[in-house]
Amino acid sequence: MLQSITDKDGVKRYLITLKVNGDAKTVLVKGNAILTNVLRDHLDLTGTKKGCELGDCGSCTVLLDGKPVDSCLMLAVEADGREITTIEGVAANGALDAIQESMINHAAVQCGYCTPGMVLSAKALLTRNPHPTEPEVREAIAGNLCRCTGYVHIVEAVLAASQGRTAPAEH
Amino acid sequence: MYMPDFEYHTPETLTEACALLDELGEQATVLAGGTDVLHKMKVGKLAPGHLVSLKNLDDLRTISHEPGRGIVMGALTSHNAIYTSRLLQKRYLSLPMAAHTMASNQICNMGTVGGNIVNGVPSADLPPILIALNASIRLVSSKGERTMPLEDFFHGSAETVIAPGELLADITIPDQPTTGSTYMKFGLRRSGALAVVGVAVSVTVKGDILEDVRIVLASAAPTVMRARKAEDRLRGKKISDELLAEAGEEAAAESRPRDSIRGSAEYRRNLVGVLTKRALRKAIDEGHS
Ligand SMILES: Cc1cc2nc3c(=O)[nH]c(=O)nc-3n(C[C@H](O)[C@H](O)[C@H](O)COP(=O)(O)OP(=O)(O)OC[C@H]3O[C@@H](n4cnc5c(N)ncnc54)[C@H](O)[C@@H]3O)c2cc1C
Ligand code: FES
Ligand code: FES
Repeated sequence: MLQSITDKDGVKRYLITLKVNGDAKTVLVKGNAILTNVLRDHLDLTGTKKGCELGDCGSCTVLLDGKPVDSCLMLAVEADGREITTIEGVAANGALDAIQESMINHAAVQCGYCTPGMVLSAKALLTRNPHPTEPEVREAIAGNLCRCTGYVHIVEAVLAASQGRTAPAEH
Repeated sequence: MYMPDFEYHTPETLTEACALLDELGEQATVLAGGTDVLHKMKVGKLAPGHLVSLKNLDDLRTISHEPGRGIVMGALTSHNAIYTSRLLQKRYLSLPMAAHTMASNQICNMGTVGGNIVNGVPSADLPPILIALNASIRLVSSKGERTMPLEDFFHGSAETVIAPGELLADITIPDQPTTGSTYMKFGLRRSGALAVVGVAVSVTVKGDILEDVRIVLASAAPTVMRARKAEDRLRGKKISDELLAEAGEEAAAESRPRDSIRGSAEYRRNLVGVLTKRALRKAIDEGHS
């Protein structure tokens, strides 16, 4: 049963627990609070970006129980009790993930706005399928729009990371 | 983006959910994956007083084969769960492949088959292939339940026969003699594009005779529609390229597409003809691919 508190103005708030990047975080949110905003505004995890806010651009991508979802189309209350990974949870012990290293080395980051979502979609792909083909990489990031680099460098970076190298191939 | 206020409910069982819907009446909106509901609330098309979330109804998330009944799929099955279902891949690969033509990976992890059906838009990708596979649906309310062919569910654009207080519980694909099925969709991009036109077909082939056939069109009329005249043209006939082309023309003639930013009516009609012919050929040659 979801616990709720109604304040003196009659506004109802729900006590939810999100397991974010391995830590249980309890927050008090209104029913209409969107997950992206709760991550950014309540938990200070501003790595998750907001673009279209309608499910088209993927900049708000987080992993819900390991699977990429658009957090802009999800109520925070719906995520109660679930495991969430944001971009802040990808680097471990101060070291960047291989995908992150590889994206830097392949010049796959320009303004960086799409990058958190892109990294999370790629990370979920490599967890499920450690050796994807190029079409599989393209498909996995098809819900993440990048308006800066084009996709060639991003795809190369993900493929390189899947092959255990992070530096670009010699041309 | 502005989100209106509402009361939020999380019933634990189907019975509890039905009782809540009954009590709340027209003020309640059901929330499954939320990809349509939240979209509509954000753009101001929907402001329900109450949202009844189905998230705790885990029983509605399974796909299984029940002897004598067929494949039963819970309404909360996500598009990606359909795509990765071994059972569906083995029996009717056409359905996982149709789920795979939809939206982005993110949306496919969130959106559900029940939401895709109840939303009732003519461009939805799963209803055509499910109708081609002769699927039926079970609607449950506090007053009881009713089962109907999925085909009879749609009334008009975004209009269905679901009554306030009713929940779509599951979808059944009966065991059947069909030998092949497929869904072909034409979108303006490979990824994340709605169907300009979609064509689903199922065929029952014996030797070189097309014993039975169902042709179902998406985005070609105000609702998903059967192309019955085209089917009649084919039933019991000897398969030939000319015959399939004729059926395509017949399907185009009986479609009732409209002009929209994604394509003119004329363009859509043309697509119906071409895709129907190709889908029939593919289903005949490749089975449930
Ligand atoms: C960016 C984007 C891309 C998309 N691309 C596609 C696409 O390519 N093809 C396509 O077909 N669709 C597409 N959609 C639409 C949408 O994702 C699908 O229709 C999805 O299947 C809806 O499922 P849901 O669980 O999210 O539904 P919700 O939004 O939760 O619900 C949709 C409707 O169904 C009702 N409802 C849901 N479940 C039940 C139930 N069990 N019983 C009774 N009523 C119920 C709700 O009250 C609501 O009216 C897209 C949407 C977005 C945002
Ligand atoms: S902000 Fe969520 S998909 Fe664009
Ligand atoms: S790096 Fe700028 S949007 Fe992708």
